[in-house]
Amino acid sequence: MNVDILYFASLREALGREKEAAELPETVRTVGELRLWLAGRGGAWAAALAPERAVRAARNHTMVQPAEPLQAGDEVAFFPPVTGG
Amino acid sequence: MSISVQTSDFDAGAEIAALRADPSVGAVVSFVGTVRDINEGDSVSTLTLEHYPGMTEKALADIVRQARERWTLHAVRVIHRVGTLRALDQIVFVGVAGRHRGTCFAACEFIMDYLKTQAPFWKKEATGQGDRWVEARDSDDEAARRWEAGQD
Repeated sequence: MNVDILYFASLREALGREKEAAELPETVRTVGELRLWLAGRGGAWAAALAPERAVRAARNHTMVQPAEPLQAGDEVAFFPPVTGG
Repeated sequence: MSISVQTSDFDAGAEIAALRADPSVGAVVSFVGTVRDINEGDSVSTLTLEHYPGMTEKALADIVRQARERWTLHAVRVIHRVGTLRALDQIVFVGVAGRHRGTCFAACEFIMDYLKTQAPFWKKEATGQGDRWVEARDSDDEAARRWEAGQD
């Protein structure tokens, strides 16, 4: 399936990318699996998305847990813990 | 309910006046967050706020909706600025109007605690040592979790 992926703040800088459209393999069905798949690109991706790094995710503009299922056409965002206010 | 995400400054006095312009209102509680000139011991020259357009407004609306489910409130106003700010600048305004002060104090603090942990804003500081992203604080997570335990 195809999804749009967005990156924000320090994650966007570390990955050198703010947005991409990705065609996911059938094994990637959840937000957590998407993170693992992206980390599998190695280099900056493996470092920034490593399991011990605090990374939050949103699916279609709502914060979600890694087990959240994905659907074709989703907008998924990855970002560090928020620091507004 | 009224929510704004904007680069421009706001007039807190005018916002408070609008919140109390209802004769059934007996209390207005407001919070203004401002830019400090020092953070983690270093002098901060500017603070740049990034956000997630599209999600930000939705997240703030959801936080206000939760507050209105917990307490009876007459009006709520949330303004959050984005872009580059300097020391003394206003960052955020939360104003709550209701019949009595107790609910308004609680709702204002609830909205700020959830905004700090749920709304997609990120701060980057420019300091003498270079630019750096502000790290999330555990104390902010703990403040938000208090409300889950129902200690209101």
